[in-house]
Amino acid sequence: MSKKYDAGVKEYRDTYWTPDYVPLDTDLLACFKCTGQEGVPKEEVAAAVAAESSTGTWSTVWSELLTDLDFYKGRCYRIEDVPGDKESFYAFIAYPLDLFEEGSVTNVLTSLVGNVFGFKALRHLRLEDIRFPMAFIKTCPGPPNGIHVERDRMNKYGRPLLGCTIKPKLGLSGKNYGRVVYECLRGGLDFTKDDENINSQPFQRWQNRFEFVAEAVQLAQEETGEKKGHYLNCTAATPEEMYERAEFAKELGQPIIMHDYITGGFTANTGLSKWCRKNGMLLHIHRAMHAVIDRHPKHGIHFRVLAKCLRLSGGDQLHTGTVVGKLEGDRQTTLGFIDQLRESFIPEDRTRGNFFDQDWGSMPGVFAVASGGIHVWHMPALVAIFGDDSVLQFGGGTHGHPWGSAAGAAANRVALEACVKARNAGREIEKEGRDILLEAAKHSPELAIALETWKEIKFEFDTVDKLDVG
Amino acid sequence: MPFKSTVGDYQTVATLETFGFLPPMTQDEIYDQIAYIIAQGWSPLVEHVHPSRSMATYWSFWKLPFFGEKDLGVIVNELESCHRAYPDHHVRLVGYDAYTQSQGACFVVFEGR
Repeated sequence: MSKKYDAGVKEYRDTYWTPDYVPLDTDLLACFKCTGQEGVPKEEVAAAVAAESSTGTWSTVWSELLTDLDFYKGRCYRIEDVPGDKESFYAFIAYPLDLFEEGSVTNVLTSLVGNVFGFKALRHLRLEDIRFPMAFIKTCPGPPNGIHVERDRMNKYGRPLLGCTIKPKLGLSGKNYGRVVYECLRGGLDFTKDDENINSQPFQRWQNRFEFVAEAVQLAQEETGEKKGHYLNCTAATPEEMYERAEFAKELGQPIIMHDYITGGFTANTGLSKWCRKNGMLLHIHRAMHAVIDRHPKHGIHFRVLAKCLRLSGGDQLHTGTVVGKLEGDRQTTLGFIDQLRESFIPEDRTRGNFFDQDWGSMPGVFAVASGGIHVWHMPALVAIFGDDSVLQFGGGTHGHPWGSAAGAAANRVALEACVKARNAGREIEKEGRDILLEAAKHSPELAIALETWKEIKFEFDTVDKLDVG
Repeated sequence: MPFKSTVGDYQTVATLETFGFLPPMTQDEIYDQIAYIIAQGWSPLVEHVHPSRSMATYWSFWKLPFFGEKDLGVIVNELESCHRAYPDHHVRLVGYDAYTQSQGACFVVFEGR
């Protein structure tokens, strides 16, 4: 039925608040936590979010009658209270699939977290979760390799992988940097990592670093008889330079490269990930800038959304926080989004912050990386929380060992293996952690010294962003 | 005052991946790990290789994977038979996971020389 053009400003809720709507399997669903300006009804706020993140604009326009906007519009189909919070509420919005370009996380985010976040009728807005429909997921490349292919390539089974970031993070020459890589790897780590700040600075140009690191990896592999790798950071100022670095890493026979997906951007990330699949290269993903976006409980984007977007864009390992270390993150929430990285189906579970059922189909999984202020005493908790499909990274906890990085690496490796062995044997490793580590230290002076060195360090601050529970 | 060094020297060791940094397991400890593999629903699998090519992706199967085997004793016997047949080879136990087509567990039980 054709409509008449009626110029002027209509209330958003007349068009975009549709409580009777039943979402389709192909709809992209989003949950926003909305905090409106005083006096604006919830339905109007929620409808405004739906409109501004899809087809709407502030005024009626004649040209919308050239199409069937009812087919293309996003709609708010449900509003829920936020437990324990009177000023905010959840708005659930369904977007038709045809609003988004196939395989483009960039396009989804441009719509969903674009202009709407600066909208004056809102005081705060936070994108809590997205349910990606299978029809969209199948158009995305996803992780270039995934967890199981990575295990096969690196020959690591039955335990978390062990890594560390090279420190000091800035200022080392290429040769000195390679030395630290060599020390860590010969001591028993599986991986070392470029600090995210390392790109190609005057003190250490990328080509120089790549060459020394490649030699360090090769030597450590020959001497230990185990597979080793170093995440060579290919993040650069332009895509051309990024690909040039990736090509050189491949030329040097290196197994893994690295990218910073938020500062580098989703488009760059998806491109590099596709390159990795084509070239048989693993891809480690750093997440600098995430806390700017995800830490405020009422504004921004929750990290579970950023994690889902990374899985779609592509990466084989993603940083997730540690729960127990120096950086923000509570346990249930973290478990919720590491499920999103690794599992093929995750049911709605508000106690873990997952607002929707999410089916990933055949998309490969991503290793969860725990890094930041962790040391041997945290090992039992880390193994219990993160399980085998994780990379545990100890920076200060490796290089800070009184005997140096190699001994620090060995201490971590002994502690890790002792915890895995005890877990497999049916012991409750979090409860018995102290005993397990002290037993293991009897045959490892490196571990005994590490336990002594870090016995007093604790990071017990309350998290800023908590799950909303009544 | 005489100089007393508190810094030890870390010697690189050649290791065989998972559990390579722990002392050899006792009989009981090996039982525990086999029980874990079986409890996870994985198939036990015994593989062996001459130490000179321990970094190869493929080690020789000992017979075939023991699909669906739930008896601890059977697996212990197979590990020992393999070790007797190839005393100079590394012998490892794998928990093969058909769902992921990966290995949920994998560690060397007997080290060859």
